[in-house]
Amino acid sequence: MTQALATSAPATQARSVRLVYFAWVRERVGMAEEQVELPAGTRTVLDLVRWLKTRDEGYAAAFENETLVRAAINQTHVKPGASLEGASEIAFFPPMTGG
Amino acid sequence: MGATTLTPTIRIQREDFDLTTEIAALSADRRDIGAVVSFTGLCRDEGGTLAALELEHYPGMAEAEIARVAAEATARWPLMGLLAIHRYGMVKPGEQIVLVIATSAHRRAAFEAADFMMDYLKTRAPFWKREHVTDGTIGGWVEAKASDDEAVERWNTGA
Repeated sequence: MTQALATSAPATQARSVRLVYFAWVRERVGMAEEQVELPAGTRTVLDLVRWLKTRDEGYAAAFENETLVRAAINQTHVKPGASLEGASEIAFFPPMTGG
Repeated sequence: MGATTLTPTIRIQREDFDLTTEIAALSADRRDIGAVVSFTGLCRDEGGTLAALELEHYPGMAEAEIARVAAEATARWPLMGLLAIHRYGMVKPGEQIVLVIATSAHRRAAFEAADFMMDYLKTRAPFWKREHVTDGTIGGWVEAKASDDEAVERWNTGA
């Protein structure tokens, strides 16, 4: 997998981001990754989650508990309130169980 | 804080690893190391029904996140060497999953750094375990434990 580069498109413009999903989030969404156009007004991770939930029942099931699913922007952990500005790759996944 | 010129070794791999080889590599050509502490995590079958654990990871971020944790450890303790290896793919009960080695002049730093690395690795490194059962079915995803989050909190007291 190649590492995505950060873009610096203005937050007000519609822009395309890569979404990647892991573990049961991936299974419920039904795919490992996709490219999406961020809808206008989608400023934070939580905004994105709330929009994704409206797409179909798979997303709704994956993000049923909005704060349980963890997120990373450009491969760094972020909180639900984090800004999507500069985000090119946004990942969603369950709490980690490595080690 | 000591001179932290060391570069931690971080490997995310499907293959198994060998503790003796890794310790030898960390201590080669050195006479100043007084303490080597290692932790090896194994795949454990508690109920007698586990065929294997399947470890999924986030390529790229797994390396990056463990590197961030390792950088914190090297800033916090006077280490001479630090290594973390985490496997992905199918791992059978009794097989190795994770290895952390910390070396230092004295034991305290090496013990604490290895402990710190494991606590953070469990809660921050993007890996997910899924159970495969002996009857051939794929079981559930392993759930994160609150006790792992509490273990991490220990390191933040007084910070």
